[in-house]
Amino acid sequence: MTAPLKAPFKARAAAALADPVLKIAIDRTTGNAERKRAAALAAFPEYESARARGQAIKDHVTAHLGHYLELFERNATARGAQVHWASDDAQARAIVTRICLAADAKLVTRAKSMLGEEIGLPHALADAGIERVETDLAEHIIQLAGEAPSHIIWPAMHRTREQVAQLFKAGHQPPPAAEDPATMVQSARRVLREKFLSADIGISGANFLVADTGATCTVTNEGNAELTTTPPRIHIVTAGIEKLVPSTAHAFALLRLLVRSATGGEMTQYTTFHAGPKRPGDADGPEEMHIVLVDNGRTTMLGDEFREMLRCIRCGACMNHCVVYRQIGGHAYGGTYPGPMGSVLTPVLDGLAASRDLPHACTMNGRCAEVCPVGIPLPTLLRAWRRRSWREGLEPAPTRAGIGLWAQLARRPRLYRLATRIGLPVLRLFGRGGWISRLPLAGGWTDHRDLPRPAARSFMDEYRARQRPRQ
Amino acid sequence: MPGEPKPTVGLFVTCLVDAIRPQIGFAALQLLQEAGCEVEVPQAQTCCGQPALNSGDDRDAAHLARQTIAAFEGYDYVVLPSGSCAATMVHGYPDLLAGDPDWAARARAMAAKTHEITSFLYDIMGYAPRGQRLHASATYHDSCSGLRDLGIAAQPRALLAQVEGLELRGLPGNDVCCGFGGTFCVKYSAISNAIVTEKAEAIEGTGADILLAGDLGCLMNMAGKLHRRGAKTRCFHTVEVLAGQADGPAIGEDAP
Repeated sequence: MTAPLKAPFKARAAAALADPVLKIAIDRTTGNAERKRAAALAAFPEYESARARGQAIKDHVTAHLGHYLELFERNATARGAQVHWASDDAQARAIVTRICLAADAKLVTRAKSMLGEEIGLPHALADAGIERVETDLAEHIIQLAGEAPSHIIWPAMHRTREQVAQLFKAGHQPPPAAEDPATMVQSARRVLREKFLSADIGISGANFLVADTGATCTVTNEGNAELTTTPPRIHIVTAGIEKLVPSTAHAFALLRLLVRSATGGEMTQYTTFHAGPKRPGDADGPEEMHIVLVDNGRTTMLGDEFREMLRCIRCGACMNHCVVYRQIGGHAYGGTYPGPMGSVLTPVLDGLAASRDLPHACTMNGRCAEVCPVGIPLPTLLRAWRRRSWREGLEPAPTRAGIGLWAQLARRPRLYRLATRIGLPVLRLFGRGGWISRLPLAGGWTDHRDLPRPAARSFMDEYRARQRPRQ
Repeated sequence: MPGEPKPTVGLFVTCLVDAIRPQIGFAALQLLQEAGCEVEVPQAQTCCGQPALNSGDDRDAAHLARQTIAAFEGYDYVVLPSGSCAATMVHGYPDLLAGDPDWAARARAMAAKTHEITSFLYDIMGYAPRGQRLHASATYHDSCSGLRDLGIAAQPRALLAQVEGLELRGLPGNDVCCGFGGTFCVKYSAISNAIVTEKAEAIEGTGADILLAGDLGCLMNMAGKLHRRGAKTRCFHTVEVLAGQADGPAIGEDAP
């Protein structure tokens, strides 16, 4: 479950476009990400072969998902973890809430997990009366702001440093002494440290589920996942079933792609494999470990034209390089996942009727597919949603009528010639000089830019006229 | 090469060139003839079907694909002054007709001999313009479909380098979409406007006299925005400069 799509997409996009501070924030983060990724790949000559291998690993697991799920469950169980299966978001929420209530948990810490957002965990915990503390710095910021993530790697990227200073001033007791990043981070560490040590349960996601060891893997640059999952009595992992990899070596093959594509680093600061609860003799660790494996539409994708989307390792490169995302930011998309990958996934999660704008709000420029580290053909998948939308009659009547009329003409070359012969002189009447600056029914164009005045005579007519004397 | 038969080329001018800027079609025709091709312009051409394809209307797109294949498959080559329409024929048609036993092989055969014009001139015909002079500075925008679907980047630049006096300046973000996107630019016009505004700023920032690109759709978008902003940049399709037509009216300039 994602937040309901309140306002229509175009209204949300318009609001984002009208926010100059948002644009500054987006440009800072995505611009940095783009530069750092480019530098990381320039220093990684084996990128193309690593990318092919990454894609092959994901496709192999997708093709043998049942086998690896069973293997993972067997090995995780052998290590003392309890594995739960959730076919949808409601089941996943119910399982997590039940574990929390059974443990009489009052305070839960959570390490950033987009799957947690996808299944609506923050709201579910609030509804169950459980205090939730987000421990990722960016998630901490948006929790203070009462917002949802706007990016899958930098959830608070829509907030500028200056805005964060205001949020900390209002939300931290005592407020940070200064507004420089170091002081603000110190303040967040102090606030969060108490929570880490007093939480009853820690909830994390997983970047990988390692089938042959039964371990779950988290990667962070802040170390908050370790502090979330180790001190509390219970560790709950919520993870999508597409996170499976056959072995630890495969996880590292994908990690090389993930980190470079996401942040331009070579390796995350903290890469932890959580293999079962505390064993006899261990110095620390949770007494119980629960792993909730979530389907939520993924097995349906396995059998349809969106199968390749299951390769996604959630690096965010597609949105960092998307011209639309870079204008409107993540919230305008209205789903859990923004940008190109979100525009493929949100119709799966929220239904196409509620999200048909997303696959259409794309110029099909292909840059997302170009930078995808696992070769997901995102424009092809977006076009597949457009095809479905057309087939299911979700396209607005004027669009259908416009394309229909144009196609009727284009399918009849003689009639098409006649239409251009009549239409071009009429269009020219709207022009002054070489340009048309206002044209009825074409406000989508002329509100923002001038239209070159069409030719008096089409190429085809002119060509025939030039040929005639020679014949 | 006297005695050797000239390759036959079916020229698909594209619907936008047909209606908005026929000069581009004539420039293409001239260059193909100079490169030694026997060029014909089949009368049964209208539109490649890309608007239907990108709207999800596969039935109409497939109909236009079959119509276009029937009109063009007899030539040695099919050439278009557009990367995105060429990409529709090269990648879109075989996908659209993959499940049609009567047409799948024909779509693949046609895709194999379809080319965007600058790549055809440079890669296939080994053509270089001779004796073209233009004393101006220009900047070049890489249109997305041509760049990413067909690998067109070096060819137009290599051909333009042959034009004496033409200074080609780098465009920051030359491989970033201009915000046209076919029907996207009118369906999501506010987003498109924000994108093309940044593109126009980058173009103006080069200080170049001329903007060049290989797709009329993108050119109309960028030229229209530049004009609305009051910029003096003149906009041409690459082939117009290669054919020596840049002394005539640019996009949006009235013919004398």
